[in-house]
Amino acid sequence: MAFTSAVITFPGSNCDRDMAVAVEQVCGGTVHRVWHGDADLPEGLDFIALPGGFSYGDYLRSGAMAARSPVMQAVVRAAERGVAVLGVCNGFQVLTEAGLLPGALMRNAGIRFVCRDVKLTVENAQSLFTAGYSAGQQITIPVAHHDGNYFADDQTLDRIEGEGRVAFRYAEQVNGSARQIAGVLNDRGNVLGMMPHPERMIETAQGGTDGRALFESVVRGLVNA
Amino acid sequence: MKVRVIVTLKNGVLDPQGRAIHHALEGLGFAGVNDVRAGRVIELDVADATSDESLDEMCRKLLANMVIENYRIEKAA
Repeated sequence: MAFTSAVITFPGSNCDRDMAVAVEQVCGGTVHRVWHGDADLPEGLDFIALPGGFSYGDYLRSGAMAARSPVMQAVVRAAERGVAVLGVCNGFQVLTEAGLLPGALMRNAGIRFVCRDVKLTVENAQSLFTAGYSAGQQITIPVAHHDGNYFADDQTLDRIEGEGRVAFRYAEQVNGSARQIAGVLNDRGNVLGMMPHPERMIETAQGGTDGRALFESVVRGLVNA
Repeated sequence: MKVRVIVTLKNGVLDPQGRAIHHALEGLGFAGVNDVRAGRVIELDVADATSDESLDEMCRKLLANMVIENYRIEKAA
């Protein structure tokens, strides 16, 4: 069965092409490009990616407007059916605003936009998205964001930590995120949101390939499922 | 009907913008500022028949993020 995926483009998305290239190169199969105003997703999707950028100019709150766009109603329904959904950077913000992931992403604690490679620790190497890594492995992935400061109340943080839903943690101080959380899974494990950009680390020309294993994990997990 | 929605960060939520404003005020020489919290005011012009429930829903569904923010609705007299 051919791997079928979709990359959603919102007005103001700017990593959608990078994401589509990464999915195409690493996952293969068919990559559909879907516009935010579409109320329906293509049939038979295995994987949906929400890219980085500044959807709707970050008006109101980062990701807030995109989370209420027509296509997101379809993405929420697909996620509830078990379709794998990855949100990177602005995509992570959209997923929290849409209620698919707990918590919120606030202005970086240092106020400044942070754009550099950061070291991450793989916390959970058994999820659909991270099975290609080993637990505790350190990887290098770039971040580029202004609102990446992950916030949730202590009770929620305790719960997601206890359930193994912290996929990645910053190995260094980056943006003030609670417990240095860089990536979070939903309770079912089919939705991952993360601020760092794995799609920008898939070939050596980009400075590293530490992002490849994430896309490889998804294909392996879904094709074997 | 003019309605004003005031969105503020919940207590305990770190407010980097408020802190930067605080530092800037101190930099300008204003002493005695204990704390600064930044929020947002959204002014709506709605049909007179708009119910309180409907306004409340607007706030909860879009205008405020209930994970980090509180809101208050003020109707113009």
